[in-house]
Order: sequence, then C-alpha cells, then structure tokens
Amino acid sequence: MSKIIPHLGGSRRRFIRNAGATVALASTGLSMPHIAQAAGAVKIGLIHPATGWAAYPAAQLRYGAQMAIADINAAGGIKSMGGAQIEALLGDSQTKPEIGAAEVEKMNEAGVHALQGCYQSAVGLAASAAAAKYNIPFSVDVGVSDKLVGRGLSNVFRMADGYGRIARDASAYLGEINAAAGSPAKTVVIVHEESEFGTGTAKLLTPALAERGLTVVDTIKHANPTRNFDNIALRIKSAKPDIIMPINYPGEYVLLAKTLRQQRVDFMTSFSVLGGGFNFKFIDDMPEIAENMIDVNHWYDPRSASGQAMRKRTEADGKYFTFEVYCAYMSIMFLADGFERAGSTDKDAVNAALASSTLEVDFMPYDKTEMVNGQNMGSRAVAIQAQNGDCQVVAPSAYASSKAVFPRA
Amino acid sequence: MLPAAMINGLMYGAIYALVALGLTLIYGVLHIINFAHGAMLMLSLYAAFFLFHLFGIDPYLAIVIVTPAAFVFGYVIYRWGVGKLSGGRDQNILLITLGLSIIIENGALFFFTGDQQTVSLSYSYDAVDLGFVFLSYPKIISFFASLLICLLLWALMTKTDLGRAIRAVAKQREGARLVGIDVENIFAITFGIGIACLGAAGCMLLPIFYVDPYTGNIFVVIAFTIVVLGGMGSIVGALLGGFIIGITESVGGLLLGESLGQIGISLIFILILILKPTGLFGSKV
Repeated sequence: MSKIIPHLGGSRRRFIRNAGATVALASTGLSMPHIAQAAGAVKIGLIHPATGWAAYPAAQLRYGAQMAIADINAAGGIKSMGGAQIEALLGDSQTKPEIGAAEVEKMNEAGVHALQGCYQSAVGLAASAAAAKYNIPFSVDVGVSDKLVGRGLSNVFRMADGYGRIARDASAYLGEINAAAGSPAKTVVIVHEESEFGTGTAKLLTPALAERGLTVVDTIKHANPTRNFDNIALRIKSAKPDIIMPINYPGEYVLLAKTLRQQRVDFMTSFSVLGGGFNFKFIDDMPEIAENMIDVNHWYDPRSASGQAMRKRTEADGKYFTFEVYCAYMSIMFLADGFERAGSTDKDAVNAALASSTLEVDFMPYDKTEMVNGQNMGSRAVAIQAQNGDCQVVAPSAYASSKAVFPRA
Repeated sequence: MLPAAMINGLMYGAIYALVALGLTLIYGVLHIINFAHGAMLMLSLYAAFFLFHLFGIDPYLAIVIVTPAAFVFGYVIYRWGVGKLSGGRDQNILLITLGLSIIIENGALFFFTGDQQTVSLSYSYDAVDLGFVFLSYPKIISFFASLLICLLLWALMTKTDLGRAIRAVAKQREGARLVGIDVENIFAITFGIGIACLGAAGCMLLPIFYVDPYTGNIFVVIAFTIVVLGGMGSIVGALLGGFIIGITESVGGLLLGESLGQIGISLIFILILILKPTGLFGSKV
C-alpha cells in the first residue's frame, strides 16, 4: 500500500462530521461503532502491479476504479451510510504474489473495508487468500483463473468471466463464425504464456474446440518475457494450422503478431482468447497487422449509451478505452452496491450483500448479476474483430455490431 | 528448423553482445558492476522512440544522435554523480548505480507511463528469403550494425591513444596516474563509452522489440551472463559470448520448448563459474 488518495477536502470534513457524531453519541447513548461507521469513509484498497512489466494495464485499472469512485462520491456517496464517501488506498503488487499478499496485510492494518485487484491471477490468488483471513470483501476486477472463486472463500467475488466460461464461449463463437463461412477451418495451434492464466486457459480450450470440430495440432508454451518469437513462428508455419490462437500478455502478443508477419506465416485468422495486447492502441499502432484479427475478451456493450459515454470520457482524458478501465469501474460499482445494501462496513453484512447482488451493469453485455460461489453468472465475454481501423463485436450475434470477416481478407 | 534457429540466434546474439559490451567495459576499467545498465538501455530505447515519434527519424539513423548523447549522459553521470558521491569506494558505487536504476525506472514510469511502445517502419516486414527462414530487414541491419560497432570499439581500444590510456588505467591505476594520465577523466570517459554502447543498442533493438520502463531488465540478465561467459572486461569475449548465448537460447527454445529453453542460459552461467571462472577471454581490457 502506498498512499491514501485525498478527496474533496476530506480530512477537515471528516473531522467535523466525526466530532458531530461524538456529540450525538454523548447525548443519545447510541453505540460508538454504529455512529462511527455511519459517518466515516469507506476505504477500498486497490492492489495492482503498478510497477513492473504490467504497469500499463495496472494504470488503466486504477484509472477505471478511481473514475467510478469519483462518480459515486459526486452522486452522494453511500447513501445508506449517511452519504459516506469512498476512499481509495493504492497498493502495488510489483507483479509478485507475495507482495500482493503483503499489501493486503498493510491495508488491513490501515482499516480497509474492501479490496479490489489484482490483474494477474497468481497475485489475485495470494491476495484474496490473505484477505480471507480477515474476511475482507475482495472483488476481482481482472483475473481469469477459476481458482480465484473456486476455493470456497465467502469473501471473494468476480463480476467478469473466468477462463472456464470464456474458453467455452470462445470455442462456441469460433465454431459459429467458422460454420457461417462453410467450415473452412479444421486445425488450430494454441500459443500461450507459461503462467496460470495461459496454461489454464489452453488446457480448457483443447477439448472445447474438439467439440466444435476443430483439432488442436500443436500447443506452444512460452516464457514471460520472450525476446524472440522466430522459432515459435517457424514451428507454427510447419504445423500449417488454419487458426492461430494466442493466449498471452501485451508485449508477447504484439511481438508474436509482428513475427508471424515477418516469417510469412499463412493462416485464416488469429483468434486470440484474452489476448492481452488486442485493444484500440494495437489497432492504431499496427493497423495492417491488426486488421481482421479476432479476440475473445471482456468488452463493453457498444450499443449502450453509458458505454459510449464512458469511452468518450476515457479518450478525452488521453487514454485508450481498454477492458481494464470498465472492468475496474464495474468492480467498484459492485462493491459500492454491496455497502449500500449492507448499510454498514460490517464485513459479514457486506459479504452477504455482495453474494446476493442483482446489480445491473448497462455498459457491459451482461445479464443481471447472479453470484454463484462468488462468480457472476450473468457475465459474458464477446468476440471482437479489428475492422477498418476500429474494433467491432462479431459474436455473440445478440451483441454484434458487425459481421465477422472470416477467413481474413 | 535447426539452421533457422541458429541463424536467429546469431542475429540476436550480436545485439546481446552490444548490450553486454558496455557492461564489460565498465567492469574491466572501473571494476564495478553497473546496476543501472538495464535502466540506461531503456532510456536509449525511449530516446530512439521519441526521435522517431516526434521527428520521424529512423531508429537506425537516430544512432548518430542517441549514441553521442548517451556518451555525454554517461560521462556527466559518472564525473559529477557516481564518481563524486561514491568517494572512490566500490560498495558505494554499487549502491549509487542501484539507486540510479530505481530513479530512472520510476521517472520513466511517471513521464512515459507503463504503456508499451513499438515502431512500425516502412520496411519492418520486408525480408530476405533464405529458403528455410525469412530474415527481416531490421534484424539484418541490427546484426551488421552491431558487428560494426563492436569492431569500432575494438579498434578504439587497441589502436588509439585513448584506448591505450583506458587499458593502462584498467591494468595499473596508480602507474597510469604517475605517467600523467587523468585517471578520473578516463573513468568518466569509459563510463560514457559503456553507456554509448547502450545508446547504439537501443537504436538496434527498437525496430525489433518494444519499449516500456522495464524493458531494459529483460536484456540485462542476458548481458550479465555474456560478460561472465566471455570474461569480464573482454570485448572479443562479449561478442563471442553474445553469439553463444543467442544460439543457446534459440536452439534451446527449439529443442526444449520456448519456456524450458531458457534453462540453457542459466546452465552456461553455472558451468562457466565452476569450470572457468575467469570466462573464455578472462584478460582485462
């Protein structure tokens, strides 16, 4: 944990408010904890890899979370708690699980009421386990391992999808797109990074793709970072797959895409799953390479007015509207809704409120929230494709903004 | 695919050697490990990136701007920073360079953000077809330019008065001082040349890699291995070590998989420490 973000002259206002609460306590004899909770700020700890190779997505996550906090505070804070304002406590996991867990300990000592993080599944696993010791509500903003919500921890929740549902949906979307084109694709090569995120997703995809009539002819694991993708490109070339399926983080995603082009690897499409580098910036930087590439990922609903407004607002701030921004925003809204319905910062009450959440998130292509063992069953990832320098949703058809170009032009 | 892997390894090995050259030169003369080496490589990459992004200067042409600028930066940092603050004590120098790396990396994170930046040149995807592998123009240019820079540095060290002065300081500091060599100035010049190598390496790397505030660290571990393998302070050793490590990484990746292939580099590091701790060319510069 690094620092507490001040807001709206908070310290003086809090002092006056707390002083008033103390006077009220003396005159009415109400219990101190209840009054103090009603008047105090709600502290939410944000744990992300602010330094290290994942500093960019971490900055995007912080930006989205702080945008949500500013919006909630501007709208009157947590109303059931007397308009309590939300304060963000910022933590840096430095991409290391043990540091992520240590940040939880520091934040607990600082009196945090809920936590959010951590981008990397491995860090999320360690941090949420540390939070479980104190029963602190923990919302996973980005982190796809299903182990995050599959350990029976009653304090851990995730609004976005995990890799189990995403692998299933990705296979279904690819099957649909392939079938619509007359099923020209038969074979797939999966290229994945070596951690829990890439390895876990790749394992689930192989049988799921087989159900759609697609055979995985090679699965290639690579290190983080990988400096040279030439060997991998040549290995892919010798396997002659119809589809290349990358599952990796931003730097390696972009390097692989460049190397495939340099080595003249021929394929029908790159269909990544949770492709860390597939975003508006990639399309802007390398439009020729990005054109017609497909990714299955967390994505906003481009048909919603609030989604479009958030995109405009983000771009006006000079930032790209990456999935980290709205996933973090959504996660804060989810936590705030929990505090609102619990009416206090009591951990059991907040966890119970989060577990029974029915929050509707109109800027995401989601159904009404329904938590089952901490996982939102109303969430879904979508297939997006780079088309003419923009990004279009191409599956599922209910949310599609364009028809998929497949095989690529 | 083995010949293709070996050629790819050679291509990258030359660039690795360039990164390691600065490190080995600074160690050979100053007898210190520059822990800010990765951070300074990252600054060079950013310098090349901004010259391209703001002024459209091709990274390979930017070498004539970035390399002298890196020399001046290194000279100033040593002469009025590292040299003065350390009081001549090696352990202080280590701590100062470590602190410097933290300042540079976090400064880059603050000013440039953590966003990964890449460049697309008009010839980025043009390639020579060898039949079994395509060699992209940027990789070919980087390979030959790196070799040329290694050759120039070798000539500087062996054929010029400055090179002789640097070697004299490396071999016998007090003796060099007695014959009138400005030792402190030579220290700063050597540090500057070491950082200038990074300036050139940054320009070579940008077209084939990406830059973010932590990119330097990706290459610095390799550079340390090369320095140990080639022999601390040896230019020829750095070049040969670069090739060996580049090929090991590439062939190891092919045979063992890209994840396990990295083991070969660590294995070489351990074996050389056990069997020949002075490295392949263990003599001083």
